[in-house]
Amino acid sequence: MGPLVPDIIGNELNLVIALFLGMLFGAVLEQAGFSTSKKLVGLFYGYDFTVLRVFFTAGVVAMTGVILLEHFGLLDINLTFVNPMFLWSAIVGGLIMGLGFVIGGFCPGTGLCAAAIGKIDGILFVLGSFIGVFIFAEGYPMFEGIYKGANWGNVQMYQTLHIPESLFAFLLTAVALTAFWFTSIVENKVNGVSKPAVRMTPYYVSLGVIGTLIAFSAFVLPEKRSSLLEKAEDINFVNQHDIKTISSDELAYRIIDKENELQIFDFRSAKSFEKFHLPKAISLSANGLFEKETSKPLLVEHKINVFVGDNELSEKKAAAIALELGFENIRVLQGGLEAFKSQIINFDTTQTAAANRQLADTFRFRAKACKVIPQLIEQSKSIGVIKKATKRVVGGC
Amino acid sequence: MEKTKYMNPYLAGTCLGLVLLLTIYITGRGLGASGAFKGFYVAAVEKVAPQHTQTQKFYTDYAQEHPGNPLMNWLVFEVIGVLLGAFISGLVSNRLKFKMEYGPRSNAKVRAASALIGGALFSLGAQFGRGCTSGAALSGMAVMSTGGIITMMAIFGSAYAFAYFFRKLWL
Repeated sequence: MGPLVPDIIGNELNLVIALFLGMLFGAVLEQAGFSTSKKLVGLFYGYDFTVLRVFFTAGVVAMTGVILLEHFGLLDINLTFVNPMFLWSAIVGGLIMGLGFVIGGFCPGTGLCAAAIGKIDGILFVLGSFIGVFIFAEGYPMFEGIYKGANWGNVQMYQTLHIPESLFAFLLTAVALTAFWFTSIVENKVNGVSKPAVRMTPYYVSLGVIGTLIAFSAFVLPEKRSSLLEKAEDINFVNQHDIKTISSDELAYRIIDKENELQIFDFRSAKSFEKFHLPKAISLSANGLFEKETSKPLLVEHKINVFVGDNELSEKKAAAIALELGFENIRVLQGGLEAFKSQIINFDTTQTAAANRQLADTFRFRAKACKVIPQLIEQSKSIGVIKKATKRVVGGC
Repeated sequence: MEKTKYMNPYLAGTCLGLVLLLTIYITGRGLGASGAFKGFYVAAVEKVAPQHTQTQKFYTDYAQEHPGNPLMNWLVFEVIGVLLGAFISGLVSNRLKFKMEYGPRSNAKVRAASALIGGALFSLGAQFGRGCTSGAALSGMAVMSTGGIITMMAIFGSAYAFAYFFRKLWL
């Protein structure tokens, strides 16, 4: 699941990837014509809206892509960098940047592209950029109040507006398409061209159709998480999976043995978990299986992952979801924690040993385990509940 | 005039969007530019006036946010890539040439000054906005960040508002 950094791709390789992605970025900007200031400022005087077209198309494509990747469980937005919102700083910064844009004719990225192909004004713009950083750095004590004030956190627009994510995406796309149409009319008027603003060439039609189909797939194909959670409620779906079990005795034995391979995942509510849990158990929810950070321990190889819950059915539901998600080496506790409690922890030692030898062995083991396990539980309590720490990728400028 | 045609804007936009999407999927962050200037700048000051970077709050805050060498920064590498990519693209499309561009009523001196001042202002604004058109506006739009979208509206709103006063530079 994305983002691939830092788990799959390390920090050093990430820098090489940065170079590669930067090359693609620079090449696309240059090919789009962003290496000339005349084309860039055309946006503000109405004679060339290339910038708006490229910019909005890119924004809509990337946004749709992010939503789709999220929808199909390929990207965890909670780990992705979402630009933080500092209200006054964002507005003041934007206003200054706009002024810099009409005066300088570039923005930092396009200025670099222009400089790279020998535009002297581009080189000067880049040099000027360092003066800008200098002013900010030296005036920082003065600016800090605005810079750090009104922090709204990593909010997303649809959360701010209290509307569904898909509605916001739709509205933004609609705004972009309207802008394309409207600016084409303005551009033609300014340049004295009389061709129609919207031409249904096969090129545009196919580009539009492909985009619409991709976006539409999100509505037709169910979201992975909710559909899987729903399916798991169906007993037949759960039974389709070959779920291995582990007996209370075996689990108790492995716990007493302090086996390193053993990982216990507790699928009860956080409240029940806090009240009582097996030694070194990790609290997890069915939802948590879908998240990169919380499901991480399940990815460790050569482990026996035991799912525990109040009863065996709830364990099996979680196990079915985990198997569907591709996790391996999963066992569920026979009879759930209820059985474990009655068979091991609250084992009644006053019972008479059975005549059968095998049962006698079990009796002896349980008589021992019912003393040791509560001690281990007591010890592991002091470690406390491990809090889920979501770490976003550090990004931004 | 231009020897070669530029790419169709909608196609270029789709390519740019896919590059950005790939960046987000691989690295979990967006593209940017202005942050790299900050990296280069801090590295230079550390070299020239090391004491200065230890006492001033801007530098200590920066070091806290970006531990390690300021040049071993993701955006610094990305921006070097931008330079290379743009250069290769210019080479392929036969656009490599030292020249200066300005409006018919402007001249080289005015253009030089306006490029410097514009660069300084844009970069100053990008510090406040925590990113420029790439880092805040475009990448912010991709992840639907409120901060990014508000910065974007402020950039373009302000540019339109001021455009009239600077028309002599361009028209």
